Amino acid sequence: MSGVRVLVGTRKGAFILSSDGTRKNWDISGPHFAGWEIYHLKGSSVDPNRIYASQSSSWFGQIIQRSDDGGKTWHQPGTPAGEPTTAPDGSPKGESNNFAYDTSAETGKQLTTHQWYDGTPHPWEFKRVWHLEPSLSDPDVVYAGVEDAALFRTSDGGTSWQELAGLRGHGTGAQWQPGAGGLCLHTIILDPRNPERIYIAISAAGAFRTDDAGKTWQPINRGLHSQYIPNPTAEIGHCVHHVAMHRARPGVLFMQKHWDVMRSDNGGDSWHEISNNLPSDFGFVIDVHAHEPDTLYVVPIKSDSEHFPPDGKLRVFRSRNGGNEWEALTHGLPQSNCYVNVLRDAMAVDSLDKCGVYFGTTGGQVYGSADAGDSWQPIVRDLPAVVSVEVQTLR
Amino acid sequence: MIRVTLPAHLRKLAQVDGEIQLEIAGQITQRTVLDALEGRFPMLRGTIRDHATQKRRAFVRFFACGQDLSHEPPDAMLPAAIASGAEAFMIIGAIAGG
Repeated sequence: MSGVRVLVGTRKGAFILSSDGTRKNWDISGPHFAGWEIYHLKGSSVDPNRIYASQSSSWFGQIIQRSDDGGKTWHQPGTPAGEPTTAPDGSPKGESNNFAYDTSAETGKQLTTHQWYDGTPHPWEFKRVWHLEPSLSDPDVVYAGVEDAALFRTSDGGTSWQELAGLRGHGTGAQWQPGAGGLCLHTIILDPRNPERIYIAISAAGAFRTDDAGKTWQPINRGLHSQYIPNPTAEIGHCVHHVAMHRARPGVLFMQKHWDVMRSDNGGDSWHEISNNLPSDFGFVIDVHAHEPDTLYVVPIKSDSEHFPPDGKLRVFRSRNGGNEWEALTHGLPQSNCYVNVLRDAMAVDSLDKCGVYFGTTGGQVYGSADAGDSWQPIVRDLPAVVSVEVQTLR
Repeated sequence: MIRVTLPAHLRKLAQVDGEIQLEIAGQITQRTVLDALEGRFPMLRGTIRDHATQKRRAFVRFFACGQDLSHEPPDAMLPAAIASGAEAFMIIGAIAGG
């Protein structure tokens, strides 16, 4: 029997919404890690029972949690409760919380400065993990995108993390600047056909690509145009909000930028705008239908200062032709007095037939569609503000 | 025997219900207390002090015997009442909304 598991990160804990393949009746579990900010949870596609969670707070920092039973129980990797506090080799446990920038001579890069909001140099400081991306082939390998922007990797199931310092130190880092949410690496896309190729995106630096598994990186922002930076077509400095890709067509990327919805047909080498008839091309989320690589979803937001839907109508917009034309999807969504936001990692799709689409709002609603967006229902209405939504399709 | 109290979030993380008691040989300082605490509860590493710099996290405060010890040097001796166990070393999350 097929089913889905929707992993929801909120400002005050994590929730897991489960249903069978009909996606009509839902079980809600949580809050897990109540009171903590859960920026992201994501399951391994190799082992769906393996789920990783980023638990953090401004007070007590970053905790990595892992479940090996589909979210029923959790532990900090490498530090199971009740076990000795040192590893067999004598080293202390608790390393799963440790995200140390790599400044070693062998593999690291010097810890320089990035730009602060006012353009002054600001030291690199680790704050939290925004996004966890499990490997497509090994449940113990996970990539973590962090603030201040850098990419980390674990190969031991989250017990220890090593920075892929070639990104932070590739040369433009000193010009990166935080967006309103911080200098965050929020998007990690693994190419299913080429394990050496990874795409990432940073607010507000732009998109980057590696073709050697993270050793070296290049900015991929040609074609982006951002009026809010001194040079609107600069190589870096663009506030990319999210990037999406269809597994069957890894060279085609779709981007929701601060303003503008963009498309690349050459792995990010160049971009062109596909905002077309959207009521606003500002927004945060973007995703692709599981079975139709040219069917896209966005949620337009009114503007960079008014983070709510235009006209108080919560509308998902769908394009069935790669962004040439967009249609409003409204059935089941509030069409008056709605002033919530949908944050960048808060939309996901399942791979059942028909494709399910899910998104969460800052008002605490998680909406789901079991018919590719034609109609929507609130799965749950009153959670804390939703930060992220991921879906596992269980077969 | 040194007594330590944790804020609720960290008690849950460490899976303890109430006050923690630590046996520490030698000098009783912030550093030796926190080293012993993290040694027994490694899941707390990085939550009170930064992993790399070992500096107190900005929104964490240390109090004991009615005094704010947050800004005392980590190797300064703690009050005798802490060393004797008469008073608890209190680790507190700053009141800052949330």
